Amino acid sequence: MTYRNPPTTPRKSATFDDYTLSEIRRAAATGIYDIRGAGAKRKLPHFDDLLFLGASISRYPLEGYRERCDTSVVLGSRHAKKPIELKIPITIAGMSFGSLSGPAKEALGRGATLSGTSTTTGDGGMTEEERGHSKTLVYQYLPSRYGMNPRDLRRADAIEVVVGQGAKPGGGGMLLGQKISDRVAEMRTLPKGIDQRSASRHPDWTGPDDLEIKILELREITDWEKPIYVKVGGARPYYDTALAVKAGADVVVVDGMQGGTAATQEVFIENVGQPTLACIRPAVQALQDLGMHRKVQLIVSGGIRNGADVAKALALGVDAVSIGTAALVALGDNDPRWEADYNALGTTAGAYDDWHEGKDPAGITTQDPELMKRVDPIAAGRRLANYLKVMTLEAQTIARACGKNSLHNLEPEDLVALSIEAAAMAGVPLAGTNWIPGKNGF
Amino acid sequence: MPATPMPKAHREQGHARVFDLAEQSLRELNQALHQVTPGSNETAWEVLNPKGSHSVAVGVDHPISIDVRGSVGYYCAGMNDGATITVHGSAGPGVGENMMSGSIVVKGDASQYAGATGRGGLLVIEGNASSRCGISMKGIDIVVHGNIGHMSAFMAQSGNLVVLGDAGDALGDSIYEARLFVRGKVESLGADCIAKEMRPEHIELLQGLLDKAGVTDVKASEFKRYGSARKLYNFNIDNADAY
Repeated sequence: MTYRNPPTTPRKSATFDDYTLSEIRRAAATGIYDIRGAGAKRKLPHFDDLLFLGASISRYPLEGYRERCDTSVVLGSRHAKKPIELKIPITIAGMSFGSLSGPAKEALGRGATLSGTSTTTGDGGMTEEERGHSKTLVYQYLPSRYGMNPRDLRRADAIEVVVGQGAKPGGGGMLLGQKISDRVAEMRTLPKGIDQRSASRHPDWTGPDDLEIKILELREITDWEKPIYVKVGGARPYYDTALAVKAGADVVVVDGMQGGTAATQEVFIENVGQPTLACIRPAVQALQDLGMHRKVQLIVSGGIRNGADVAKALALGVDAVSIGTAALVALGDNDPRWEADYNALGTTAGAYDDWHEGKDPAGITTQDPELMKRVDPIAAGRRLANYLKVMTLEAQTIARACGKNSLHNLEPEDLVALSIEAAAMAGVPLAGTNWIPGKNGF
Repeated sequence: MPATPMPKAHREQGHARVFDLAEQSLRELNQALHQVTPGSNETAWEVLNPKGSHSVAVGVDHPISIDVRGSVGYYCAGMNDGATITVHGSAGPGVGENMMSGSIVVKGDASQYAGATGRGGLLVIEGNASSRCGISMKGIDIVVHGNIGHMSAFMAQSGNLVVLGDAGDALGDSIYEARLFVRGKVESLGADCIAKEMRPEHIELLQGLLDKAGVTDVKASEFKRYGSARKLYNFNIDNADAY
């Protein structure tokens, strides 16, 4: 019997993992960076790293099914003559017609309206589908100004000045030729089929002093009726929030890096901006330092998935959250029922993110007339409403367990963190300790 | 019926309704302009003492005429939709931004971003315009009697920019389908912007614009045309140096 030396198990590099290797090969073969949709996919400190304490001897709970737990929120009460009143503190984030199909936009409007909340236009103007089916519609004012006009400004319920978004703070939108159909081209005043690169900054203002004057103009055009939001990507949340308040915003929207996009460079999505969890406390702190907490409302988005995430965000001082990716999933995005079609595109349900290619098997991120028939706006709207209802009930369940008769009464003292990172970011104690990293000199 | 005494700032002067910003607020002015209804007799307005105010006569959506007596700050006549607005002075940044229709005449100079993202109508600057004139324009016609600054017509999508004088650096950078006509010198062209042949249809178009803008002493044949080379319309890695 011959003795063979024991072989070593083949070992793959943690640094050069399979994904990294495939990306190097892809770049070498194509000569172009990877473009995709959705938000950061890497593992990040998130709401999962926080836990609620619930009730105990010193805090008594509310009866789960009997005692009221308010979920409503008013947005825009600082300056607007007509603030927005929402039944739930979960709104639908801005997503463009162009990146999404008409039926998908309609479904978002229907779902939001059934739930008593708002939906938001995107970088492509306002469509009749979404205006008609949205009781409360927020109209985005973006650097590209595609489709911008005073009539739509006046028929909006609020205006959101978009400075940045979490997936790409400092980057402009992208809509590749495959999705520039006749209708999209007309709304954006562009030739059909070109790769459309939206500007990354506004054409007619730079900096906070200009923004203040721009907000004045929008208020004057709309006779001071509409709440004006300012949306920023999760870059410098303390200063961005403070400057937005100084510029006159009624509402500040902070979008963390898990927030989605229709199409951006992978390298941008994964390497620029801060996680949602890291953005909340600095933004709240800015409002508190200015004496504007609860006067200027704070909306946070980026990776909100369930009622626990909603409750945690609110406990950290947020007034409302916004969902994009999760809303698309509720409509049917990445549904395993289309697995064969996903496989044909070289991917699998749950991983599909080539939204810019316009071949979405679920019919949501496409302008293909055949594919978009797969979205029934009424049924999909109902699914979104169901999902929003579940999230709200979940958040209420937690709030009652913490003894709160309103979601907005949740507070940081209801939370602990499971990791040092999350404790530092959220400013709550590490579980089992009274240690908040960075507080009291430690 | 006893006549209601009209506030001094509202008094009729000739046929024009006069609004004095020294006596009344900007908000009152814009609100009054928005309340003009179709068929109203108040078709002529005069704004006194603008003194650099921002957002003068923004969001007007009726075919009225407004004479602003003095210089204005940011975004004068922003989103104008149908009105004829004359600034008897100079204009700050963003004059006529996102104009839909109608016309705006600035008797003096204009600061940055004149006519930014404008979708329609005619903007005439009788003096010079600063940088980023016609940035992201989407159908507006702009006629500048003097010179324009750098980065003008950046990402210009549609419409016509006519410059009787010179243009600064990086004219028409990343331009789409807008047409640029410059009579004087162009400091430099931006990415994907090239000089193009002046064909008879362009001479005719330009002559029409000059006529509309009341320019009588200049011929269309004196201009050069610039527009998109359309090489950056679809991404190609071999063009990456151009971005």
